[in-house]
Amino acid sequence: MYRARLFAIRHSRKFEWIYKRVEQVMVALDPVFAKIGYGRVERPIALVEQGIKTVLFDCKMCGQCVLSSTGMSCPMNCPKELRNGPCGGVREGGYCEVKPWMKCVWSLAWDGAARMKDGDKIREVLPPVDRSLKGSSSWLRVSREKAAKLREAREASRTAVAEAFPEARAIEPSSAPLAEEPASAVNREVLKK
Amino acid sequence: MSPSDYTDQVPVYAPPPEGHVSHSRLERVLRAGRFAVTAELNPPDSADPSDVFDAAQPLGEVADAINATDASGANCHMSSIGISALLTRAGYSTVYQISCRDRNRIAIQGDVLGAAAMGVTNVLCLTGDGVGVGDQPGAKPVFDFDSLTLLRTIRTMRDQGMFLSGRKITRPPQMFLGAAENPCIHPQDWRPDRLAKKVEAGAEFIQTNYIYDIPLFEKFMARVRDMGLDKRVYILAGVGPLASAKAARWMRSNVPGIHVPDPLIDRMEKAEKPGAEGKKICIELIQQIREIKGVAGVHVMAYRREHQVSEIILESGVLEGRKSRRRAAGPE
Ligand code: SF4
Repeated sequence: MYRARLFAIRHSRKFEWIYKRVEQVMVALDPVFAKIGYGRVERPIALVEQGIKTVLFDCKMCGQCVLSSTGMSCPMNCPKELRNGPCGGVREGGYCEVKPWMKCVWSLAWDGAARMKDGDKIREVLPPVDRSLKGSSSWLRVSREKAAKLREAREASRTAVAEAFPEARAIEPSSAPLAEEPASAVNREVLKK
Repeated sequence: MSPSDYTDQVPVYAPPPEGHVSHSRLERVLRAGRFAVTAELNPPDSADPSDVFDAAQPLGEVADAINATDASGANCHMSSIGISALLTRAGYSTVYQISCRDRNRIAIQGDVLGAAAMGVTNVLCLTGDGVGVGDQPGAKPVFDFDSLTLLRTIRTMRDQGMFLSGRKITRPPQMFLGAAENPCIHPQDWRPDRLAKKVEAGAEFIQTNYIYDIPLFEKFMARVRDMGLDKRVYILAGVGPLASAKAARWMRSNVPGIHVPDPLIDRMEKAEKPGAEGKKICIELIQQIREIKGVAGVHVMAYRREHQVSEIILESGVLEGRKSRRRAAGPE
Protein backbone atom coordinates (compact mmCIF):
# COMPACT_ATOMS: atom_id res chain seq x y z
CA MET A 1 0.00 0.00 0.00
CA TYR A 2 1.48 3.28 -1.14
CA ARG A 3 0.09 5.26 1.80
CA ALA A 4 1.33 2.81 4.41
CA ARG A 5 4.70 2.73 2.73
CA LEU A 6 5.03 6.51 2.95
CA PHE A 7 4.00 6.30 6.61
CA ALA A 8 6.65 3.68 7.36
CA ILE A 9 9.35 5.76 5.72
CA ARG A 10 8.27 8.87 7.57
CA HIS A 11 8.60 6.92 10.80
CA SER A 12 11.70 5.12 9.69
CA ARG A 13 13.38 5.44 13.07
CA LYS A 14 10.55 3.65 14.87
CA PHE A 15 10.33 0.96 12.26
CA GLU A 16 14.07 0.49 12.40
CA TRP A 17 13.70 -0.23 16.11
CA ILE A 18 10.83 -2.67 15.59
CA TYR A 19 12.72 -4.37 12.84
CA LYS A 20 15.73 -4.89 15.06
CA ARG A 21 13.51 -6.49 17.70
CA VAL A 22 12.03 -8.85 15.15
CA GLU A 23 15.54 -9.81 14.18
CA GLN A 24 16.46 -10.55 17.79
CA VAL A 25 13.45 -12.77 18.20
CA MET A 26 14.27 -14.64 15.04
CA VAL A 27 17.84 -15.20 16.19
CA ALA A 28 16.62 -16.45 19.56
CA LEU A 29 14.35 -18.89 17.80
CA ASP A 30 17.15 -20.45 15.79
CA PRO A 31 17.33 -23.63 17.90
CA VAL A 32 13.59 -24.09 17.54
CA PHE A 33 13.67 -23.65 13.79
CA ALA A 34 16.66 -25.93 13.56
CA LYS A 35 14.79 -28.61 15.47
CA ILE A 36 11.64 -28.43 13.39
CA GLY A 37 13.75 -28.03 10.29
CA TYR A 38 14.21 -24.79 8.39
CA GLY A 39 12.72 -26.35 5.34
CA ARG A 40 9.45 -26.96 7.12
CA VAL A 41 9.07 -23.52 8.67
CA GLU A 42 10.11 -21.69 5.52
CA ARG A 43 6.69 -21.59 3.88
CA PRO A 44 4.53 -20.58 6.86
CA ILE A 45 7.01 -17.95 7.99
CA ALA A 46 7.42 -16.59 4.47
CA LEU A 47 3.64 -16.25 4.27
CA VAL A 48 3.42 -14.33 7.54
CA GLU A 49 6.33 -12.15 6.53
CA GLN A 50 4.78 -11.44 3.17
CA GLY A 51 1.46 -10.52 4.73
CA ILE A 52 2.91 -8.04 7.17
CA LYS A 53 5.54 -6.53 4.92
CA THR A 54 3.31 -6.17 1.90
CA VAL A 55 0.93 -4.00 3.89
CA LEU A 56 3.65 -1.95 5.53
CA PHE A 57 6.34 -1.60 2.89
CA ASP A 58 4.85 -2.87 -0.39
CA CYS A 59 7.34 -5.72 0.03
CA LYS A 60 8.03 -7.76 -3.09
CA MET A 61 9.60 -10.69 -1.23
CA CYS A 62 12.97 -10.44 -2.90
CA GLY A 63 14.28 -12.75 -0.17
CA GLN A 64 17.19 -10.50 0.81
CA CYS A 65 15.66 -7.68 2.77
CA VAL A 66 17.69 -4.47 2.83
CA LEU A 67 15.12 -2.14 4.43
CA SER A 68 17.48 -1.25 7.26
CA SER A 69 19.99 0.01 4.67
CA THR A 70 17.46 1.94 2.61
CA GLY A 71 15.64 4.16 5.08
CA MET A 72 12.83 1.55 5.34
CA SER A 73 11.90 2.34 1.72
CA CYS A 74 11.68 -0.96 -0.18
CA PRO A 75 13.89 -0.61 -3.26
CA MET A 76 11.99 -3.29 -5.16
CA ASN A 77 9.29 -0.65 -5.63
CA CYS A 78 11.67 1.36 -7.77
CA PRO A 79 10.63 0.51 -11.35
CA LYS A 80 14.31 0.04 -12.15
CA GLU A 81 14.77 -2.12 -9.04
CA LEU A 82 17.89 -0.17 -8.16
CA ARG A 83 19.75 -1.32 -5.08
CA ASN A 84 21.85 1.84 -5.01
CA GLY A 85 19.67 4.69 -6.17
CA PRO A 86 18.32 7.18 -7.04
CA CYS A 87 18.80 7.27 -10.80
CA GLY A 88 19.40 10.49 -12.70
CA GLY A 89 15.85 10.87 -13.89
CA VAL A 90 13.99 11.94 -10.75
CA ARG A 91 11.35 14.54 -11.58
CA GLU A 92 10.81 17.97 -10.14
CA GLY A 93 9.43 17.64 -6.62
CA GLY A 94 10.93 14.18 -6.16
CA TYR A 95 8.61 12.14 -8.33
CA CYS A 96 9.65 8.97 -10.16
CA GLU A 97 10.82 9.13 -13.76
CA VAL A 98 8.95 5.98 -14.76
CA LYS A 99 5.83 6.32 -12.59
CA PRO A 100 5.26 10.06 -12.28
CA TRP A 101 2.43 9.68 -9.75
CA MET A 102 4.75 8.02 -7.25
CA LYS A 103 7.45 9.60 -5.08
CA CYS A 104 10.91 8.36 -6.02
CA VAL A 105 11.61 5.36 -3.83
CA TRP A 106 15.26 6.30 -3.47
CA SER A 107 14.73 9.95 -2.78
CA LEU A 108 12.52 8.82 0.12
CA ALA A 109 15.11 6.25 1.11
CA TRP A 110 17.83 8.85 1.66
CA ASP A 111 15.44 11.03 3.63
CA GLY A 112 14.34 8.04 5.68
CA ALA A 113 17.90 6.95 6.35
CA ALA A 114 18.78 10.38 7.65
CA ARG A 115 16.19 9.85 10.41
CA MET A 116 17.50 6.43 11.40
CA LYS A 117 20.00 5.47 14.05
CA ASP A 118 22.10 3.36 11.72
CA GLY A 119 21.06 5.32 8.68
CA ASP A 120 24.61 5.56 7.43
CA LYS A 121 24.28 2.01 6.18
CA ILE A 122 22.76 3.54 3.06
CA ARG A 123 26.27 4.69 2.11
CA GLU A 124 27.50 1.16 1.58
CA VAL A 125 27.30 -0.26 -1.93
CA LEU A 126 24.70 -3.01 -1.86
CA PRO A 127 25.19 -6.15 -3.95
CA PRO A 128 23.03 -6.89 -6.97
CA VAL A 129 19.78 -8.72 -6.26
CA ASP A 130 20.11 -12.49 -6.25
CA ARG A 131 17.04 -13.32 -8.28
CA SER A 132 17.08 -16.96 -7.22
CA LEU A 133 16.01 -15.99 -3.70
CA LYS A 134 12.71 -14.44 -4.76
CA GLY A 135 9.85 -15.58 -2.55
CA SER A 136 11.97 -16.89 0.31
CA SER A 137 11.80 -15.49 3.84
CA SER A 138 14.28 -12.81 4.78
CA TRP A 139 13.37 -13.10 8.44
CA LEU A 140 14.40 -16.71 8.56
CA ARG A 141 17.70 -15.78 7.06
CA VAL A 142 18.52 -13.79 10.16
CA SER A 143 18.31 -16.78 12.43
CA ARG A 144 19.85 -18.97 9.81
CA GLU A 145 22.78 -16.58 9.70
CA LYS A 146 24.04 -17.98 12.97
CA ALA A 147 23.86 -21.53 11.79
CA ALA A 148 25.47 -20.44 8.58
CA LYS A 149 28.62 -19.52 10.42
CA LEU A 150 29.17 -23.17 11.11
CA ARG A 151 29.07 -23.81 7.44
CA GLU A 152 31.80 -21.27 6.82
CA ALA A 153 33.96 -23.67 4.92
CA ARG A 154 31.32 -24.28 2.32
CA GLU A 155 30.80 -20.59 1.87
CA ALA A 156 34.35 -20.19 0.69
CA SER A 157 32.99 -20.67 -2.79
CA ARG A 158 30.96 -17.52 -2.45
CA THR A 159 33.78 -15.22 -1.57
CA ALA A 160 33.83 -13.68 -5.01
CA VAL A 161 30.59 -11.81 -4.47
CA ALA A 162 31.54 -11.18 -0.86
CA GLU A 163 34.82 -9.61 -1.80
CA ALA A 164 33.25 -7.38 -4.38
CA PHE A 165 30.44 -6.34 -2.04
CA PRO A 166 31.26 -6.51 1.67
CA GLU A 167 27.55 -6.35 2.39
CA ALA A 168 27.05 -9.59 0.53
CA ARG A 169 28.42 -11.68 3.37
CA ALA A 170 25.63 -10.76 5.64
CA ILE A 171 22.93 -11.25 3.12
CA GLU A 172 23.91 -13.76 0.58
CA PRO A 173 25.09 -16.90 2.34
CA SER A 174 22.44 -16.75 5.00
CA SER A 175 19.60 -16.36 2.59
CA ALA A 176 20.88 -19.12 0.39
CA PRO A 177 18.60 -22.01 -0.46
CA LEU A 178 17.75 -24.31 2.39
CA ALA A 179 18.81 -27.55 0.79
CA GLU A 180 22.36 -28.78 0.91
CA GLU A 181 24.23 -27.51 -2.07
CA PRO A 182 24.99 -30.09 -4.68
CA ALA A 183 28.69 -30.93 -4.77
CA SER A 184 28.84 -29.73 -8.35
CA ALA A 185 27.95 -26.20 -7.25
CA VAL A 186 31.02 -25.95 -5.06
CA ASN A 187 33.91 -24.34 -6.80
CA ARG A 188 36.73 -26.83 -6.41
CA GLU A 189 39.47 -24.39 -7.25
CA VAL A 190 38.52 -22.20 -4.35
CA LEU A 191 38.29 -25.10 -1.94
CA LYS A 192 41.73 -26.33 -2.88
CA LYS A 193 43.29 -23.05 -1.83
CA MET B 1 44.14 -13.69 -45.23
CA SER B 2 45.30 -15.77 -42.31
CA PRO B 3 44.26 -14.77 -38.80
CA SER B 4 47.71 -13.34 -38.10
CA ASP B 5 47.17 -10.74 -40.80
CA TYR B 6 44.59 -9.08 -38.60
CA THR B 7 46.79 -8.69 -35.56
CA ASP B 8 47.94 -5.22 -36.52
CA GLN B 9 44.33 -4.09 -36.36
CA VAL B 10 43.71 -5.21 -32.81
CA PRO B 11 45.65 -4.21 -29.70
CA VAL B 12 48.36 -6.36 -28.19
CA TYR B 13 47.60 -7.21 -24.58
CA ALA B 14 50.14 -5.43 -22.41
CA PRO B 15 50.28 -4.02 -18.87
CA PRO B 16 49.13 -0.39 -18.55
CA PRO B 17 51.68 2.40 -17.98
CA GLU B 18 52.95 3.01 -14.45
CA GLY B 19 50.33 4.64 -12.24
CA HIS B 20 47.51 3.94 -14.72
CA VAL B 21 44.79 1.34 -14.84
CA SER B 22 44.42 1.29 -18.61
CA HIS B 23 45.91 2.38 -21.90
CA SER B 24 43.26 5.08 -22.16
CA ARG B 25 44.27 8.41 -23.59
CA LEU B 26 41.56 10.07 -21.53
CA GLU B 27 43.08 8.62 -18.38
CA ARG B 28 46.51 9.93 -19.40
CA VAL B 29 45.21 13.43 -20.08
CA LEU B 30 43.33 13.54 -16.77
CA ARG B 31 46.15 12.15 -14.67
CA ALA B 32 48.48 14.68 -16.25
CA GLY B 33 46.21 17.38 -14.84
CA ARG B 34 45.06 18.74 -18.20
CA PHE B 35 41.53 19.97 -18.82
CA ALA B 36 39.94 17.09 -20.72
CA VAL B 37 37.26 17.22 -23.41
CA THR B 38 34.93 14.39 -24.30
CA ALA B 39 32.08 14.51 -26.80
CA GLU B 40 29.01 12.43 -27.43
CA LEU B 41 28.45 10.85 -30.82
CA ASN B 42 25.00 10.66 -32.33
CA PRO B 43 24.76 6.96 -33.21
CA PRO B 44 23.56 6.15 -36.74
CA ASP B 45 20.46 4.14 -37.60
CA SER B 46 22.43 2.26 -40.19
CA ALA B 47 24.83 -0.62 -40.64
CA ASP B 48 27.28 1.37 -42.74
CA PRO B 49 30.60 1.98 -40.96
CA SER B 50 31.19 5.17 -42.92
CA ASP B 51 28.19 6.71 -41.15
CA VAL B 52 30.04 6.17 -37.88
CA PHE B 53 33.23 7.73 -39.23
CA ASP B 54 31.32 10.70 -40.63
CA ALA B 55 29.67 11.30 -37.28
CA ALA B 56 32.99 11.04 -35.43
CA GLN B 57 34.90 13.36 -37.72
CA PRO B 58 33.71 16.73 -36.31
CA LEU B 59 34.17 15.50 -32.74
CA GLY B 60 37.55 13.86 -33.12
CA GLU B 61 39.22 17.19 -33.85
CA VAL B 62 38.78 18.38 -30.29
CA ALA B 63 37.78 15.45 -28.10
CA ASP B 64 40.13 13.31 -26.03
CA ALA B 65 37.51 10.58 -26.19
CA ILE B 66 34.23 10.06 -28.01
CA ASN B 67 31.25 8.63 -26.14
CA ALA B 68 29.28 5.97 -27.96
CA THR B 69 25.84 6.02 -26.34
CA ASP B 70 23.99 2.83 -25.55
CA ALA B 71 20.45 3.31 -26.84
CA SER B 72 20.13 6.54 -24.89
CA GLY B 73 16.61 7.61 -24.10
CA ALA B 74 15.71 3.95 -24.75
CA ASN B 75 15.79 4.59 -28.49
CA CYS B 76 17.28 1.91 -30.68
CA HIS B 77 20.47 2.79 -32.65
CA MET B 78 23.73 1.13 -33.61
CA SER B 79 25.22 -0.47 -30.49
CA SER B 80 27.86 1.21 -28.37
CA ILE B 81 30.17 -1.77 -28.60
CA GLY B 82 30.00 -1.74 -32.41
CA ILE B 83 30.70 1.98 -32.65
CA SER B 84 33.50 1.76 -30.09
CA ALA B 85 35.18 -1.09 -31.95
CA LEU B 86 35.02 0.76 -35.28
CA LEU B 87 36.29 4.04 -33.89
CA THR B 88 39.10 2.42 -31.95
CA ARG B 89 40.38 0.93 -35.18
CA ALA B 90 40.26 4.32 -36.83
CA GLY B 91 42.47 5.73 -34.09
CA TYR B 92 39.91 7.46 -31.91
CA SER B 93 39.70 6.97 -28.19
CA THR B 94 36.18 6.00 -27.21
CA VAL B 95 34.02 5.73 -24.13
CA TYR B 96 31.96 2.57 -24.29
CA GLN B 97 28.63 3.13 -22.53
CA ILE B 98 26.74 0.35 -20.81
CA SER B 99 23.18 0.86 -19.68
CA CYS B 100 21.69 -1.61 -17.21
CA ARG B 101 18.33 -1.36 -18.90
CA ASP B 102 18.93 -3.81 -21.71
CA ARG B 103 21.30 -6.52 -20.55
CA ASN B 104 21.69 -8.85 -17.61
CA ARG B 105 24.90 -9.61 -15.75
CA ILE B 106 25.85 -12.53 -17.95
CA ALA B 107 25.66 -10.48 -21.14
CA ILE B 108 27.38 -7.46 -19.63
CA GLN B 109 30.43 -9.27 -18.25
CA GLY B 110 30.93 -10.98 -21.59
CA ASP B 111 30.58 -7.70 -23.49
CA VAL B 112 33.17 -6.06 -21.26
CA LEU B 113 35.72 -8.69 -22.21
CA GLY B 114 34.78 -8.38 -25.87
CA ALA B 115 35.05 -4.60 -25.84
CA ALA B 116 38.41 -4.69 -24.05
CA ALA B 117 39.74 -7.19 -26.57
CA MET B 118 38.77 -4.82 -29.36
CA GLY B 119 40.76 -2.03 -27.78
CA VAL B 120 38.15 -0.16 -25.82
CA THR B 121 39.79 1.45 -22.79
CA ASN B 122 37.06 3.61 -21.22
CA VAL B 123 33.70 2.44 -20.00
CA LEU B 124 30.79 4.49 -18.67
CA CYS B 125 28.40 2.65 -16.36
CA LEU B 126 24.82 3.89 -16.51
CA THR B 127 21.51 2.88 -15.04
CA GLY B 128 19.66 3.89 -18.20
CA ASP B 129 16.35 5.60 -18.87
CA GLY B 130 13.14 3.63 -18.48
CA VAL B 131 11.92 1.89 -21.65
CA GLY B 132 8.73 3.93 -21.62
CA VAL B 133 10.35 7.09 -22.99
CA GLY B 134 11.88 5.35 -26.00
CA ASP B 135 10.71 4.20 -29.38
CA GLN B 136 9.85 0.71 -28.16
CA PRO B 137 7.94 1.14 -24.90
CA GLY B 138 6.79 -2.48 -24.97
CA ALA B 139 10.29 -3.80 -24.36
CA LYS B 140 11.19 -5.70 -21.21
CA PRO B 141 13.25 -3.53 -18.87
CA VAL B 142 16.10 -5.63 -17.50
CA PHE B 143 17.85 -3.63 -14.74
CA ASP B 144 19.58 -6.71 -13.38
CA PHE B 145 22.41 -4.46 -12.17
CA ASP B 146 22.33 -0.81 -11.25
CA SER B 147 25.14 1.55 -12.21
CA LEU B 148 26.96 0.96 -8.91
CA THR B 149 26.86 -2.81 -8.93
CA LEU B 150 27.97 -2.61 -12.55
CA LEU B 151 30.94 -0.43 -11.61
CA ARG B 152 31.95 -2.73 -8.80
CA THR B 153 31.61 -5.75 -11.05
CA ILE B 154 33.89 -4.38 -13.76
CA ARG B 155 36.37 -3.25 -11.15
CA THR B 156 36.37 -6.76 -9.72
CA MET B 157 36.95 -8.17 -13.19
CA ARG B 158 39.83 -5.77 -13.74
CA ASP B 159 41.55 -5.73 -10.34
CA GLN B 160 40.75 -9.17 -8.98
CA GLY B 161 40.74 -10.85 -12.36
CA MET B 162 37.49 -12.70 -11.89
CA PHE B 163 33.85 -12.77 -12.83
CA LEU B 164 31.23 -12.23 -10.14
CA SER B 165 30.89 -15.99 -9.97
CA GLY B 166 34.49 -16.21 -8.81
CA ARG B 167 35.68 -17.84 -12.02
CA LYS B 168 39.10 -16.64 -13.01
CA ILE B 169 39.72 -14.33 -15.97
CA THR B 170 43.11 -15.15 -17.43
CA ARG B 171 43.67 -11.69 -18.95
CA PRO B 172 41.58 -9.09 -17.15
CA PRO B 173 40.04 -6.16 -19.06
CA GLN B 174 42.03 -2.96 -18.54
CA MET B 175 39.49 -0.19 -18.46
CA PHE B 176 39.24 3.29 -17.06
CA LEU B 177 35.95 3.28 -15.13
CA GLY B 178 33.39 6.01 -15.47
CA ALA B 179 29.94 6.82 -14.19
CA ALA B 180 27.36 9.53 -14.70
CA GLU B 181 26.01 12.06 -12.24
CA ASN B 182 23.17 14.52 -12.38
CA PRO B 183 23.96 17.36 -9.96
CA CYS B 184 21.03 19.65 -10.81
CA ILE B 185 18.27 17.10 -10.38
CA HIS B 186 16.26 16.13 -7.31
CA PRO B 187 17.31 15.13 -4.62
CA GLN B 188 20.08 17.71 -4.94
CA ASP B 189 21.02 17.39 -1.27
CA TRP B 190 21.85 13.73 -1.66
CA ARG B 191 23.58 13.87 -5.04
CA PRO B 192 27.09 14.36 -3.61
CA ASP B 193 26.51 11.44 -1.26
CA ARG B 194 25.52 9.23 -4.12
CA LEU B 195 28.62 10.39 -5.99
CA ALA B 196 30.67 9.23 -3.00
CA LYS B 197 29.01 5.84 -3.30
CA LYS B 198 29.90 5.69 -6.97
CA VAL B 199 33.53 6.42 -6.18
CA GLU B 200 33.37 3.71 -3.53
CA ALA B 201 31.97 1.34 -6.12
CA GLY B 202 34.87 2.02 -8.48
CA ALA B 203 34.26 5.17 -10.53
CA GLU B 204 37.46 6.90 -11.64
CA PHE B 205 35.87 9.55 -13.83
CA ILE B 206 32.42 11.14 -13.91
CA GLN B 207 30.55 12.64 -16.83
CA THR B 208 27.61 14.69 -15.65
CA ASN B 209 24.33 15.33 -17.38
CA TYR B 210 23.74 18.82 -18.85
CA ILE B 211 24.70 21.67 -16.54
CA TYR B 212 22.70 24.80 -17.36
CA ASP B 213 22.37 26.04 -13.80
CA ILE B 214 25.80 27.24 -12.66
CA PRO B 215 24.83 28.29 -9.08
CA LEU B 216 23.29 24.88 -8.49
CA PHE B 217 26.36 23.15 -9.88
CA GLU B 218 28.64 25.30 -7.78
CA LYS B 219 26.75 24.28 -4.69
CA PHE B 220 27.16 20.65 -5.66
CA MET B 221 30.87 21.08 -6.28
CA ALA B 222 31.35 22.81 -2.94
CA ARG B 223 29.92 19.74 -1.18
CA VAL B 224 32.04 17.50 -3.40
CA ARG B 225 35.18 19.37 -2.40
CA ASP B 226 34.21 19.29 1.29
CA MET B 227 33.91 15.54 1.03
CA GLY B 228 37.28 15.37 -0.71
CA LEU B 229 35.76 13.67 -3.71
CA ASP B 230 37.40 15.93 -6.29
CA LYS B 231 40.70 14.36 -5.24
CA ARG B 232 39.42 10.84 -5.79
CA VAL B 233 37.53 11.16 -9.08
CA TYR B 234 37.84 13.25 -12.24
CA ILE B 235 34.66 15.20 -12.86
CA LEU B 236 33.75 16.22 -16.40
CA ALA B 237 30.81 18.61 -16.50
CA GLY B 238 28.19 18.02 -19.19
CA VAL B 239 27.42 20.86 -21.58
CA GLY B 240 25.61 21.29 -24.87
CA PRO B 241 24.26 24.01 -27.15
CA LEU B 242 20.52 24.61 -27.05
CA ALA B 243 18.92 24.73 -30.50
CA SER B 244 15.97 26.99 -29.69
CA ALA B 245 13.68 27.96 -26.84
CA LYS B 246 11.10 25.49 -28.10
CA ALA B 247 13.61 22.63 -28.23
CA ALA B 248 14.83 23.49 -24.74
CA ARG B 249 11.30 23.36 -23.37
CA TRP B 250 10.61 20.11 -25.12
CA MET B 251 13.80 18.59 -23.77
CA ARG B 252 13.00 19.74 -20.27
CA SER B 253 9.62 18.07 -20.21
CA ASN B 254 10.33 14.98 -22.32
CA VAL B 255 13.87 13.85 -21.66
CA PRO B 256 14.38 12.47 -18.14
CA GLY B 257 16.85 14.30 -15.93
CA ILE B 258 17.31 17.61 -17.73
CA HIS B 259 17.04 20.91 -15.92
CA VAL B 260 17.11 24.18 -17.90
CA PRO B 261 16.45 27.34 -15.85
CA ASP B 262 13.81 29.77 -17.16
CA PRO B 263 16.11 32.81 -17.62
CA LEU B 264 18.14 30.79 -20.11
CA ILE B 265 15.06 29.85 -22.07
CA ASP B 266 13.99 33.51 -22.09
CA ARG B 267 17.34 34.46 -23.46
CA MET B 268 16.96 31.91 -26.26
CA GLU B 269 13.45 33.20 -26.93
CA LYS B 270 14.68 36.76 -27.41
CA ALA B 271 17.65 35.86 -29.58
CA GLU B 272 17.44 36.70 -33.27
CA LYS B 273 19.55 33.76 -34.27
CA PRO B 274 18.78 31.03 -31.72
CA GLY B 275 21.42 28.68 -33.14
CA ALA B 276 24.22 31.19 -32.67
CA GLU B 277 22.89 32.20 -29.25
CA GLY B 278 22.81 28.58 -28.12
CA LYS B 279 26.41 28.21 -29.11
CA LYS B 280 27.36 31.42 -27.31
CA ILE B 281 25.63 30.30 -24.13
CA CYS B 282 27.42 26.98 -24.33
CA ILE B 283 30.83 28.68 -24.61
CA GLU B 284 30.01 30.92 -21.66
CA LEU B 285 28.96 27.92 -19.60
CA ILE B 286 32.20 26.11 -20.39
CA GLN B 287 34.24 29.12 -19.35
CA GLN B 288 32.33 29.45 -16.10
CA ILE B 289 32.56 25.75 -15.36
CA ARG B 290 36.27 25.75 -15.95
CA GLU B 291 36.75 28.26 -13.15
CA ILE B 292 35.05 25.99 -10.63
CA LYS B 293 37.58 24.18 -8.49
CA GLY B 294 37.54 20.42 -8.78
CA VAL B 295 36.25 20.23 -12.33
CA ALA B 296 38.60 18.19 -14.53
CA GLY B 297 37.01 18.70 -17.93
CA VAL B 298 33.86 19.04 -19.99
CA HIS B 299 31.68 16.51 -21.74
CA VAL B 300 29.93 17.98 -24.80
CA MET B 301 26.58 16.56 -25.79
CA ALA B 302 25.49 18.40 -28.91
CA TYR B 303 22.69 16.24 -30.19
CA ARG B 304 22.10 17.11 -33.88
CA ARG B 305 24.48 20.06 -33.49
CA GLU B 306 27.70 18.07 -33.77
CA HIS B 307 28.98 20.53 -36.37
CA GLN B 308 29.25 23.16 -33.64
CA VAL B 309 31.35 21.08 -31.26
CA SER B 310 34.83 21.90 -32.46
CA GLU B 311 34.02 25.63 -32.79
CA ILE B 312 32.61 25.66 -29.28
CA ILE B 313 35.66 23.98 -27.80
CA LEU B 314 38.19 26.00 -29.77
CA GLU B 315 36.47 29.31 -29.03
CA SER B 316 36.15 28.49 -25.34
CA GLY B 317 39.91 28.19 -25.17
CA VAL B 318 39.93 25.22 -22.82
CA LEU B 319 42.40 23.24 -24.91
CA GLU B 320 45.05 25.94 -24.48
CA GLY B 321 46.56 25.07 -27.80
CA ARG B 322 46.66 21.38 -26.87
CA LYS B 323 45.95 19.15 -29.82
CA SER B 324 43.67 16.24 -29.05
CA ARG B 325 43.46 14.92 -32.55
CA ARG B 326 43.29 11.27 -33.25
CA ARG B 327 46.37 9.17 -33.67
CA ALA B 328 47.21 7.19 -36.77
CA ALA B 329 44.80 4.33 -37.35
CA GLY B 330 45.32 1.20 -35.32
CA PRO B 331 44.99 0.19 -31.70
CA GLU B 332 45.73 2.68 -28.93
S1 SF4 C 1 13.10 8.02 -10.14
FE1 SF4 C 1 13.57 6.90 -8.24
S2 SF4 C 1 12.00 5.29 -8.09
FE2 SF4 C 1 11.93 6.11 -10.20
S3 SF4 C 1 13.25 4.78 -11.40
FE3 SF4 C 1 14.56 6.46 -10.72
S4 SF4 C 1 15.44 5.77 -8.76
FE4 SF4 C 1 13.73 4.39 -9.21
